[in-house]
Amino acid sequence: MKRLIKIYMEKPELAALFLLVALVITFQIQSDGIFLSANNLRGILGILPEIGLMVIGVTILMICGEFDLSVGSVFALMPMTMAVLLADGAPFPLALLTGLAVCAAIGLLNGYLTIKFNIPSFITTLGMLFIARSLTIVISGGFPPLLPNDLPNWLFTVFVGPGDIFRMSFLWFVGLAILASLMMSRTNFGNWIRATGGFLPAAKAMGIPTARVKIVCFMVCSMLAGFAGMIQVLRLGSPLPSIGEGWELQAVAAAVIGGTALSGGIGAVLGGIIGAVLIRVIDNGLVLSQVDANWFKFAIGFLTIFAVVANAWLGKRAKSIKIET
Amino acid sequence: MLDPIISVTNIHKWYSGVHALKGVNLDFARNEAVGLIGDNGAGKSTLINILSGAQQASEGEIRIEGQKVDIRNPRDAMDQGIETIYQYNSMVPTMSIARNLFIGREPLKFSLFGLGVMDRRKMAEESVQAIADVDLHLRSPDALVGELSGGQRQGVAIARAMHFKSKVMILDEPTNHLAVKETQKVIEFVRALKAMNITGIFISHNIHHVFECCDRIVAMARGEVVLDKRTEDTNMDEIMDVL
Repeated sequence: MKRLIKIYMEKPELAALFLLVALVITFQIQSDGIFLSANNLRGILGILPEIGLMVIGVTILMICGEFDLSVGSVFALMPMTMAVLLADGAPFPLALLTGLAVCAAIGLLNGYLTIKFNIPSFITTLGMLFIARSLTIVISGGFPPLLPNDLPNWLFTVFVGPGDIFRMSFLWFVGLAILASLMMSRTNFGNWIRATGGFLPAAKAMGIPTARVKIVCFMVCSMLAGFAGMIQVLRLGSPLPSIGEGWELQAVAAAVIGGTALSGGIGAVLGGIIGAVLIRVIDNGLVLSQVDANWFKFAIGFLTIFAVVANAWLGKRAKSIKIET
Repeated sequence: MLDPIISVTNIHKWYSGVHALKGVNLDFARNEAVGLIGDNGAGKSTLINILSGAQQASEGEIRIEGQKVDIRNPRDAMDQGIETIYQYNSMVPTMSIARNLFIGREPLKFSLFGLGVMDRRKMAEESVQAIADVDLHLRSPDALVGELSGGQRQGVAIARAMHFKSKVMILDEPTNHLAVKETQKVIEFVRALKAMNITGIFISHNIHHVFECCDRIVAMARGEVVLDKRTEDTNMDEIMDVL
């Protein structure tokens, strides 16, 4: 029993899960039961996948010991690339693949520059944040093209499920989240990612191709961010060049709230997802509770710090539980 | 010395203008414990890095069991049966013992291009066995390496090397930062290698430790081997003189 408590206290996503439950209860009471109503849940679950998909990638990259500030800009660039191609008459699958290829190329460049020149990924991806945002506006020529009418919205944005509770995008999100979780916990590649972020010299000494592992993580992160951007654009029906601004920091906040360490090696995809849900819940719950919406960023900031402090405290308490190794 | 397990011939290493190894020739016999000593900058770490694949020689030849080999990275060295245990400890503290044991060599249920699903049951079972084999008493393979003491971590590193049936184990300053009792434990490990038919190369700047557990002592200074004798044929004073 003691061992079980210790194991759970050491789970980095635990603090976030408690916070989530506490907030849901608070908002449910504050909003006179509207918060958990089908209509409101439909609203939350409908847009959760957009930040959620981005957070999956950011979390994996952070576990690998790197960082990506360019995800918010890639979130806008990928659908803009697609929109421009679609406006030129390209079929949807081709536009989708090209968009994802652009994301992969950005991830590759982020990773290659970071590793080859041994610069902090904070700097590389900060540069890429500006470059990708600028490209988004440049390729749109200042006037975002109209999306054609025959897009496969049935695959991404239509409402499905019992009582039309969520959109197709939610299924993509859940599917990719499960895949990412399994990759991290069950595959040798997940083991390499964690070792690379946990202690680079050891990973290198054990013969892990750490440079390649990191570059793949950068690419996965960019592709997930771009895919999420495409889903938002399909939902909104229009490619705006300004979408995703500031999301890179929200995504990092979600990962950190979910227990991912900035130093690498620690964290879980599930934690990041809990963090993303928390952000959406706060955004929505504040409005329903008729609190001034400008408190939103305050709440995110507070939670980020609180979650890290709570995790540190829980970890310390767990260590003090004496169980023989 | 008949049939050496590793033999290095005329190894040179230059670092942009510095001649770190000046034609080193050494043979290591089967299940021999060799102590490699020398001051900082003597070249012992460079030699070890070349054998463990962390660096490559500028010139020279390495033979393992008579076969000429090309060790380009740590994986090549491991595939040749050379395991290295570093002073800073080649373990990831945020990962469990079971996962650490198999980093880079995970048993897979199935795989595609070298990537696949880990056989976690096999990892748990084999890590329990591997730890027990080196007489280390750890209750759970799921404990994080970060929670172990320095000596226990070196024990796990040694268990890992044993598990993968290494022929040669290089211990690079394994007793640094360890408490007296734990140092003794590591020295016992080195002594025990012989019984397991493993060649041990023990690097230390603590001559006492080397004398305690090695059959043969090689001293290096300024990129060259300056002394190579059986332990019983030399003494600490002689070694201090040549260094």
